[in-house]
Amino acid sequence: MDPLHQFNIERYGEFHLFGMDLSFTNSSFFALLAVGLVIAFLGFGSRKRALVPGRFQSLAELFYEFVAQMVRSTMGQEGFKFFPLIFSIFAFVLTSNLLGMFPYFFTVTSHIAVTGALSLMVISVVIIYGFAKHGFKFFKLFAPSGLPLPLYFVIVPIELISFLARPFSLAIRLFANMMAGHALMKVFASFIIMLGSAGAFSVLAILPFLTNTAVVGLEFLIAFLQAYVFALLSCIYLSDVSAEHIGH
Amino acid sequence: MMIAFFDTGKAAEHAAEASEHAAAAAEHTSGGMPQLDFATFPSQIFWLAIAFGLLYLALDRFLIPRIGGVIEERKDRIADDLDMAARKKAEADEAMAAYDRNLFEARAKASAIAAENRAILDAQLAEESAAQEAELEKASVKAEKKIAKARADAMAHVEDIALEVAEELVTTLGGIKIDPKKLQKALALVHDGVNDGANDGANDGGSIK
Repeated sequence: MDPLHQFNIERYGEFHLFGMDLSFTNSSFFALLAVGLVIAFLGFGSRKRALVPGRFQSLAELFYEFVAQMVRSTMGQEGFKFFPLIFSIFAFVLTSNLLGMFPYFFTVTSHIAVTGALSLMVISVVIIYGFAKHGFKFFKLFAPSGLPLPLYFVIVPIELISFLARPFSLAIRLFANMMAGHALMKVFASFIIMLGSAGAFSVLAILPFLTNTAVVGLEFLIAFLQAYVFALLSCIYLSDVSAEHIGH
Repeated sequence: MMIAFFDTGKAAEHAAEASEHAAAAAEHTSGGMPQLDFATFPSQIFWLAIAFGLLYLALDRFLIPRIGGVIEERKDRIADDLDMAARKKAEADEAMAAYDRNLFEARAKASAIAAENRAILDAQLAEESAAQEAELEKASVKAEKKIAKARADAMAHVEDIALEVAEELVTTLGGIKIDPKKLQKALALVHDGVNDGANDGANDGGSIK
């Protein structure tokens, strides 16, 4: 009945390296499952390379075009070199979120370790790309030109804090959404059982049942929406350090 | 403390249950949210890196070029087809223009032939009618000559008749025989006077009477 039990990491196989516990767990299994499903789906969808696409190819192309459109609209053609990265992030997060909707399945993205690692990776790419492209002019991101001098004492700290907050907000938004949703579903499911076994009050079990049905629908929406938000924000952070925004 | 005071037995039960829970939880996590059990972080991040790296490589090297290639190919094909359609349309327009040109030329040629034929016919007609007219003219001239001759003959006979009538008149009324030569002279005089009167007007006409 513990709503947090579903987030427990279960060891499937012990594995230690350099003194670190790198055991194969349910998290590892579902991460690999998500990746396998994405590769299988896109590979199967594109196996015929038909000029006139069939059903699966249409789906694969729809998926591809959706992400391509997101990258193009935020970063333009110049940012297309990040398309594989954004595509990977979106596909991985979306598939992990949706896999978590199956009962008894583990939700990889409900752990801050995973979302934090993903968001740190994105921010690292942003910083590395920014320095590679602009050198030390990268710091102009925090000090937009053309402002009166006193304002810089206010603007620079604000910009700096907002930049440093990005990896946290990115990581916590996804993890908190997935965790809260799944915990909520579990809580309502517990209510159904508790009320259902409460004798004369068992008819009231229909209420949490109906609520949970609605929550499941909402969770599917959130699963998609959070993957989209994560990928879109990654695009926006990357476009912030592209040439147009910093200038020379 | 208050709860323990009122219901010690139940509180002890609760405590035992809680510690049991804690022990069960400790098996997997170090208490509280499993997400904050830092002992699992290395494993999670390690396997995430493997899984994500695998996905990135598969997408970057294999799947994106394949799907993107098909989409690109389709775009090219559609562009090619549109180009071809435009070319075919230009050809069709060209053919249409040539057809119009031919039609125009044929019409011009036809009207030229018609005009030529009309001119030839007109010339023939004019020639024929001219010949006809000349013939008619000739015939009418001949007829006029005949009429003139007939009139001249008639006039000549009229003089003879007049002479005879005058001689008869003179013989019958006068009872005398007159020399036809004198009568002829007198008649010629009258005749001339008539002619003069016709030419000179009313003044001489009076003298005849």
